[in-house]
Amino acid sequence: MSTPARRFREKAQVLDDAALDRALTRIAHEILEKNGGAADLAFVGLRTRGVTLAHRLAAKIAKIDGATLPVGTLDITLYRDDLGIRGTPVIRGTDIPFSIKGKIVVLVDDVLFTGRTIRAALDALIDLGRPQSIQLATLIDRGHRELPIRPDYVGKNLPTSRRESVAVRLREHDGEDRVVIEEPEEA
Amino acid sequence: MGWTRKDLLTMRELDAGEITLLVDTAASLQEIATREIKKVPALRGKTIVNLFYEPSTRTRTSFEIAGKWLSADVINFSAGVSSTSKGESFIDTAKNIAAMSPDVVVVRHSSAGAAEVLARQLSCSVVNAGDGAHEHPTQALLDLLTIREKRGHFDGLHVAIVGDITNSRVARSNIHAMRKLGMTVTVAGPPTLIPPFVQELGVKVAYRLEDAIRDVDVIMMLRLQHERMQAGLIPSVREYSSYWGLTLDKLGRHARPDVLIMHPGPVNRGVELSPEVADGPYSVILDQVAKGVAVRMGVLLLLAGSKGAAAA
Repeated sequence: MSTPARRFREKAQVLDDAALDRALTRIAHEILEKNGGAADLAFVGLRTRGVTLAHRLAAKIAKIDGATLPVGTLDITLYRDDLGIRGTPVIRGTDIPFSIKGKIVVLVDDVLFTGRTIRAALDALIDLGRPQSIQLATLIDRGHRELPIRPDYVGKNLPTSRRESVAVRLREHDGEDRVVIEEPEEA
Repeated sequence: MGWTRKDLLTMRELDAGEITLLVDTAASLQEIATREIKKVPALRGKTIVNLFYEPSTRTRTSFEIAGKWLSADVINFSAGVSSTSKGESFIDTAKNIAAMSPDVVVVRHSSAGAAEVLARQLSCSVVNAGDGAHEHPTQALLDLLTIREKRGHFDGLHVAIVGDITNSRVARSNIHAMRKLGMTVTVAGPPTLIPPFVQELGVKVAYRLEDAIRDVDVIMMLRLQHERMQAGLIPSVREYSSYWGLTLDKLGRHARPDVLIMHPGPVNRGVELSPEVADGPYSVILDQVAKGVAVRMGVLLLLAGSKGAAAA
């Protein structure tokens, strides 16, 4: 029942592997700077690539600060505002094996767009406990927000048009570290 | 793999991909039971009607909890206390409920095919929660989820289903599903309780408990209904128990040491299962009950939360 898949072709490369790694290193430093260290910090990644990025940020902080921060996985499908509009909901499960109560939770996603995913993630997170605060880290901010949401840490601000798509490709899933802008192929 | 059906009526009509989707969805939803706040907003604003014409504790309660954890509004309608006792027919009751525009109706009825009749009458989704001796798909799904969690896979497993096969909707739903998932099924019981031509469902038949439970991965014991004795199908409960009751002694002598013991409940202790077996280390009977809620959440979510599936 889904709309026929549009085909996209690559328009431009935004980040190569070195630039992507530098952006994550900078975000890791910014997280430590803003919070005055790693105390009470925890990462929660949004499925699927946000989780991978959260693990990479935790590894960077371990290297910089020596602290081992917990990393959880959040599936926001049950909190989406378009459930029942978008085909079959695919639930892959939330797995946060630590209490978020009192923690400074850094939510991690790959691309920030309308903000609706983050809205759902905030609801999902708060249902699991009362964190001290929630901060948002995103590798790409492509604009076009539909809700009053802004990130605390951004890898790259990337002005895009709505018809384009931003693909974050990560080694663990796609065999390469790269961010590209894609545009629909003409019919 | 998407979900496109309006209703969940039988396991027979599903393919392996649909069964796997239901089991996967249920598996991912289990985590909600461990939360401090056991509620997610997925089915906010949806209405679920439980329409039960037969007594049931586990099934009705777990559908109710499942609906509530997904934030749906759940209404229970039991035949004994409703207008059915004033003579209203099944179809009339259903049409009256439909007039209240529910999103899902969960129905349990003593007649085979009741859920399908309802599904044709109503534009909302219908879930079969047991129709006579026909099917009980959500029970089969929770059995499958339990087996997969304990064994890690389905393909190649061998299951023995023991007891009153003829009258068991649990057996029928499980046989259909397990065959599609590449499992081997042996049914066993007194010849009077094994339906003729059961081999046509692709199962093996055993007429001795010892033969049935040898080398299987899972033993599923069925409840012996006391009416079967009154109907003359078994000589006595004591005789049934001595031939077909599963005891520690029989398990130790004939079954694999890591076999799983399942039972859809309610257990007749001392009849089909000795208490030591029902409460023993191989018994996963309470795991089955716990999985019941996750399975019913999965079913309700796919029916009421998929585009196109539940468009009433």
